[in-house]
Amino acid sequence: MPLAPDSRQDTIVSVRDLEVRFQTSDRRATVRAVDGVNFDVRRGETFGIIGESGSGKTTIGRALVFLLKPSAGAIRHEGIDPLVLPRKRFQSHRRDYQIIFQDPNAALNPRMTILSSVLEPLELARGGTSTERERQAREALDRVGLPQDVGERYPHQLSGGQKQRVVIARALTLKPKLIVCDEVVAALDMSIRGDVLNLFADLQRELGLTYVFITHDLAVVSHISERVAVMYLGRFVELGPTERVSEHPLHPYTRALLSAEPRPLPSSLREGSRIMLQGEIPSPIDPPSGCRFRTRCPYAQELCAEKTPDWRELEPDHWVACHFAEHRDFAPN
Amino acid sequence: MPAAAPRQCRSEAAAGRAPPLMSVRGLGIRFKTSLGVWQATRKIDFDIAPGERVGIVGESGCGKTITGLSILRLLPGNLAGLDGSILFDGTDLVSCSARAMREIRGRRIAMIFQEPMSALDPVFTVGHQIAETLRVHTGIAKEEARARTLEMLRRVGIASPERRIDDYPHQLSGGMRQRVMIAAALICGPQLLIADEPTTALDVTVQAQILELLRELSETSNTALMLITHDLGVVAETCTRMITMYAGEVIEDGPVDDALVRPLHPYTSGLLRSLPHLSPRHGRLPSIPGRVPSIVDMPNGCRFRARCAHAAPGCEAEQELLDAGAGRKVRCWRFRELDLPGALQHAATAPIAAMTGTP
Ligand SMILES: Nc1ncnc2c1ncn2[C@@H]1O[C@H](COP(=O)(O)OP(=O)(O)O)[C@@H](O)[C@H]1O
Ligand SMILES: Nc1ncnc2c1ncn2[C@@H]1O[C@H](COP(=O)(O)OP(=O)(O)O)[C@@H](O)[C@H]1O
Ligand code: SF4
Ligand code: SF4
Ligand SMILES: [Mg+2]
Ligand SMILES: [Mg+2]
Repeated sequence: MPLAPDSRQDTIVSVRDLEVRFQTSDRRATVRAVDGVNFDVRRGETFGIIGESGSGKTTIGRALVFLLKPSAGAIRHEGIDPLVLPRKRFQSHRRDYQIIFQDPNAALNPRMTILSSVLEPLELARGGTSTERERQAREALDRVGLPQDVGERYPHQLSGGQKQRVVIARALTLKPKLIVCDEVVAALDMSIRGDVLNLFADLQRELGLTYVFITHDLAVVSHISERVAVMYLGRFVELGPTERVSEHPLHPYTRALLSAEPRPLPSSLREGSRIMLQGEIPSPIDPPSGCRFRTRCPYAQELCAEKTPDWRELEPDHWVACHFAEHRDFAPN
Repeated sequence: MPAAAPRQCRSEAAAGRAPPLMSVRGLGIRFKTSLGVWQATRKIDFDIAPGERVGIVGESGCGKTITGLSILRLLPGNLAGLDGSILFDGTDLVSCSARAMREIRGRRIAMIFQEPMSALDPVFTVGHQIAETLRVHTGIAKEEARARTLEMLRRVGIASPERRIDDYPHQLSGGMRQRVMIAAALICGPQLLIADEPTTALDVTVQAQILELLRELSETSNTALMLITHDLGVVAETCTRMITMYAGEVIEDGPVDDALVRPLHPYTSGLLRSLPHLSPRHGRLPSIPGRVPSIVDMPNGCRFRARCAHAAPGCEAEQELLDAGAGRKVRCWRFRELDLPGALQHAATAPIAAMTGTP
């Protein structure tokens, strides 16, 4: 969905110098799960975040909807810091910012009917009469393409794709402005994935929703997002329009990630060299100095260990954190 | 056994010119359940040639894992019956003695899984586990087993194997554990390696390393690979032949490139078309309506019929796996008249150059 020029700067969420730290279970060490991240989400867009497991995607998602409190930095919703709101206002404010996770089984109570599950957030919000609430819940089920009789059924009587639709319906009942979707199609079978992605696109068009779409699947993120951020070890390494990032990546990690994706194409269309990264993602407890990617980067120089690369807007709207990003003739050392 | 040329010609192996290493015929798996006996798979036919890399693809529940397990007779205890035959290098694995099976298992056919932790024993060092496998099958001395284990760990790309050999499984990363599993599976030089979703739990950059390793090891030691996965990209990158399963049956079998470019079965075509690809915003994704029929309520005739856009009178008849020529087979009587789109049409709109990773 192309954005009108005047809506481009209409920021719904702004994130500045966000840090989230955890204590390990033995309390001996600190995990720097998110370590200095900056971005804006624009109203009506789908903002993708990709990265390998442990890079901090879920932590960002949870922070965005205030399921956890940032250790440092600021998150503003439409210019407001929700943490300064009085408790009651904070609770009602949070309804506008929903999150959906990968596993619908974890989100649905197996002993509750589908209708009761969808009604639950409406009842907590105590808006309208019970008849009105039921109508809203049934509308939401209808909107996600589920037959009416689903309301009386239990989770175990539904397929994985149907259960994920129920979870989406439940998030919709509160008429949110933004939904964080964390790996929402990862557990679904290939042939159903497309349907659910189509549903997200339809709902966005009909309801003017904004999405933050978190996934480890490049094909999914490039299909659904206008802009995409690439995350590595607690930091963003690149952020830009999806088309630019997937066709002209500026960061060596983005390139490696794109080239590692197995493509269902015949060998004649798969020519080209693959950037094979060595090793695996290091621990966020003791991340490498300077550029965090340097232990696996084929282009790393001395400077990369000494200095953290700046977060720079190298092309309009296209940000990168690499000392050598303007050297398009990268040669592996 | 003739040594396979590197990058063994895709079509030659698929055309079955090399005599098969393994021939599966009419394989059916039945389970006892509280609701009666379930036919989980039926009429499974396929061959694997020496050194050939075959991908088994299909959505969850179609029978990939149990087909792999049946080859090593590792099926769960509620098995009600195994029909058909699995001829492996002259031995029928369905009917051979338990003793003959033990000789083959681990030594001539090895298997690896998605989660290596489930197969590695947490109380023994990785070196001990690999060396023991070797000693059980060959009876060689401890020192020699250790030396060969070190060599194998090096071959699967474990850095400083002298240090890692005495590590316990929990001390290794996910990617390293999968490498250790591969080392343990290949230490006896098996003729066939069955790999069930070996990279599904790994990150994409580590997955690329492991797939490259499997391909390279299979080529250099002429080990046949039966790669079970739900990911068509993984098959395209690793295998020469692709077998597609649907609802407990093989529905298509042929060289990977042919199946991707011009699939013969409407289900294979639907799957290829439903994949989002690496290019932004391509509108609506085509999808396959409906869902896989339940094992307890299989339709007669073509099992894909209720979801097939090409269903016609005649499809309610039982479908056999038909020979389509050029080393291809398909379970659809209409395959000659249908001209189905594959990954090519799909890719035509995608910017290929940008995906190759060349700066
Ligand atoms: N509650 C927590 N306590 C301790 N560590 C955590 C917690 N949540 C996440 N982490 C750690 O933070 C890092 C980032 O995790 P996460 O945000 O889940 O990554 P992703 O979603 O990208 O896989 C990981 O190293 C993870 O182990
Ligand atoms: N022990 C068992 N008892 C009964 N049914 C089983 C058993 N194991 C597997 N099945 C059934 O057999 C079918 C195929 O399973 P599986 O081989 O695991 O599928 P895949 O690996 O393709 O996802 C499924 O419908 C599954 O429910
Ligand atoms: S800053 Fe250095 S190590 Fe980091 S990505 Fe750029 S070249 Fe590689
Ligand atoms: S046999 Fe008929 S229903 Fe089955 S795949 Fe072929 S055309 Fe479709
Ligand atoms: Mg996560
Ligand atoms: Mg399986």
